[in-house]
Amino acid sequence: MESIRIAEDLEKHFPDSILEIQVHRGQFSAIVAQEFILEMCQFLKEKHKMNHLNCLTGVDNLTRKGKHFERFEVIYQLYSIEHRVGLRLKAQVKDSDNPCIDSITSLWTGADWLEREAFDLLGISFNNHPNLKRVLTPDDWEGHPLQKTYKLKGNTEWSGFTDLKEKFKQLSQFDFQNTHVQEGTQAND
Amino acid sequence: MTETTTLSVPVTQGDEDKYKLRMGPQHPATHGVLRVDLELDGETILDCYPQVGYLHRGFEKLAENRTYAQNLVLTDRLDYMAAMANNVGYCEAVEKLLDINVSERAKFLRVMVCEMARLTSHLLWLATHALDIGAMTVFLYAFRERETLMELFAELCGSRLTNTYTRLGGVRQDVTHEIMMKLDRFVNEFPACIAEYETLIDTNRIWLKRTVGIAPVSAEMGLDLCLTGASLRGSGVDYDVRKHMPYAAYDQLDFEVPLGETGDIYARYRIRMEEMLQSNIILRQCIEKMPPGSIVGDDAPDLIMPTIPQKKVTPDTSAHQGLIKLIDDRNVYMEGDVYVATEVPKGELGFYFVSDSKGKPYRMHIRSPSFIHIGALQTLGKGVMVADLIAIIGTLDVVLGECDR
Amino acid sequence: MGKINEDLVHITDGIKYIPGASALVAPLNKVINWGRAGSIWPATFGLACCAIEMMVAGSATNDLDRFGIIFRASPRQADCLILAGTITKKMAPVVRRVYDQMPEPRYVLAMGSCACTGGVFDTYSVVQGANEFLPVDVYIPGCPPRPEALLEGLMKLQEKIMQEQGRWSQFA
Repeated sequence: MESIRIAEDLEKHFPDSILEIQVHRGQFSAIVAQEFILEMCQFLKEKHKMNHLNCLTGVDNLTRKGKHFERFEVIYQLYSIEHRVGLRLKAQVKDSDNPCIDSITSLWTGADWLEREAFDLLGISFNNHPNLKRVLTPDDWEGHPLQKTYKLKGNTEWSGFTDLKEKFKQLSQFDFQNTHVQEGTQAND
Repeated sequence: MTETTTLSVPVTQGDEDKYKLRMGPQHPATHGVLRVDLELDGETILDCYPQVGYLHRGFEKLAENRTYAQNLVLTDRLDYMAAMANNVGYCEAVEKLLDINVSERAKFLRVMVCEMARLTSHLLWLATHALDIGAMTVFLYAFRERETLMELFAELCGSRLTNTYTRLGGVRQDVTHEIMMKLDRFVNEFPACIAEYETLIDTNRIWLKRTVGIAPVSAEMGLDLCLTGASLRGSGVDYDVRKHMPYAAYDQLDFEVPLGETGDIYARYRIRMEEMLQSNIILRQCIEKMPPGSIVGDDAPDLIMPTIPQKKVTPDTSAHQGLIKLIDDRNVYMEGDVYVATEVPKGELGFYFVSDSKGKPYRMHIRSPSFIHIGALQTLGKGVMVADLIAIIGTLDVVLGECDR
Repeated sequence: MGKINEDLVHITDGIKYIPGASALVAPLNKVINWGRAGSIWPATFGLACCAIEMMVAGSATNDLDRFGIIFRASPRQADCLILAGTITKKMAPVVRRVYDQMPEPRYVLAMGSCACTGGVFDTYSVVQGANEFLPVDVYIPGCPPRPEALLEGLMKLQEKIMQEQGRWSQFA
């Protein structure tokens, strides 16, 4: 079955949740509302044998305009190894201040870390996630780097690194100083 | 994190016999800067919490601030054991997004360098995996063949490790006759080298004891954990992106995808050894079938070096402005998004691009196999011995540069 | 005594040989520096891409052992830290701790663009040069440096060690 048939079948079962079916460069994606995302993934996994989760990530749509776009969207790229067909779900997360969507870790254990990454870098929370903590940045990091409001060089310096620099300043006085420098050589810093 | 960091393993009352161990991030067997927090009962692991991010360099944020052509150099630093395969993966994705055609010769050259990268990666995997388990000699032998390939890379594009060989629409440089002759000699000799490694390992009792039946992964479990690459094929799932979603010239080549049955460490070892032989067969076909012609697609935007004569350099302005102008003419940057996966030695490397019709990616997500494989360690590491955990980390073939991005 | 002084064979600047006694006369600085320069033991500390080239330098083709350079798995046994790769802010405290665990005398080699300056990764999470939190002795440019460049860097470190004065005592 082709991607478009699967997308139509999905629309038949979840008529209110599918906002639009898009095609770009031959790849089909369905823009969906966030409410039944778990059920939709389960439907695709069980009925259409989409048993491989290629990719799960988030996008910050702050500076991008689109018909159905909310501030945050979560991307689910699914693939059926048996039927060799893929489909992308783009779930729009409504609340822009406190984005929150259902976790699909009950369907794929591997989604655990992917959701943690989306939480870490974009600040999207996942309901019923077993261990929703930062994964790439340190636990006490401020801000979510992939949000469009976050600067490339960071908005604030991480406290752990400022502490380290302070410690370096204190300890550097005990470093070896090559005081008896021979002519033509440089002092050890 | 300060000097007095506590373990993030939850502490429960009444578990006095159990103790906690933090392995890494400075540990020679973790293949980089991976940290694993363990809760142990003697030698048995009760809970295993991998901690990553020690090499998080902000690829995805950086990519949003650079043009598509500039981002190519970043992909080398993802999986630095097979930089060529990353280059190809990135270029395939951007070409899909921007609808750029690739010339036929470039497709074969890409397959060629991809398979050479697969060999270098698998050889390094074999060397370090064997070293972790206790077979030192394989390390020296595997590095011998790897050096040959690295020097071929250096001859081809001037760099051993971080190649940046591909370009949008083609490749950077054409191969010379000498390179093809050297590669031909390598391809002829390589199967004998594989046999040599196998004599070192396959009859080694220690190796067999430490790999056969350790950490078996069933097909369902592998899919549930989103494993890809040899780690999934070891469990018997026939999923190879080269066959399922053929890119470059893979649909014109004849090769097999080796599958395992048991899903244990030994099965994955066998798969990778077979894959090396298959790569050798693909390289042989590339040498024979290499079509003549241009190494860059005819309508590719002028993103390669302007010194190559057959490319049109916009006459009016500097290279940078010329690039923008050409792209405006062709209206390359459409709004939209694509997900393109390629089969790198570690598994399925996917690039998810969102374009907002500007010259830079609006969002670039890298689906890195290593990140997901390390996530799976949490499940695979439960109930095994500490020494087996080292073998499991080795068999998943993780690289932290790609994991943390 | 004067007789002995005249009999000594001059070998090189400050070093003399006592004929018949199988002994040398030399300043302590020189002897210690010679010993140190010939036995640099780096801690195995691969951070990123450069670690692969570091491994290549240690394998058969380039063979670091002939310089007396032997990789040690524990920082307690090492006296040289090769920073091979990108140092992120999350990793920096760990790097510093490994350095603090090493006994004196200790040396730091920053291998590759990332460890020297941050390289292409001018982002929120990357330390812009190892010298922000460590005293670096030798910088090796390249992305990644070839194994030969690492050898050159280690030889530069040997030269530097040979020029040290009184790194064996607080009172010198």
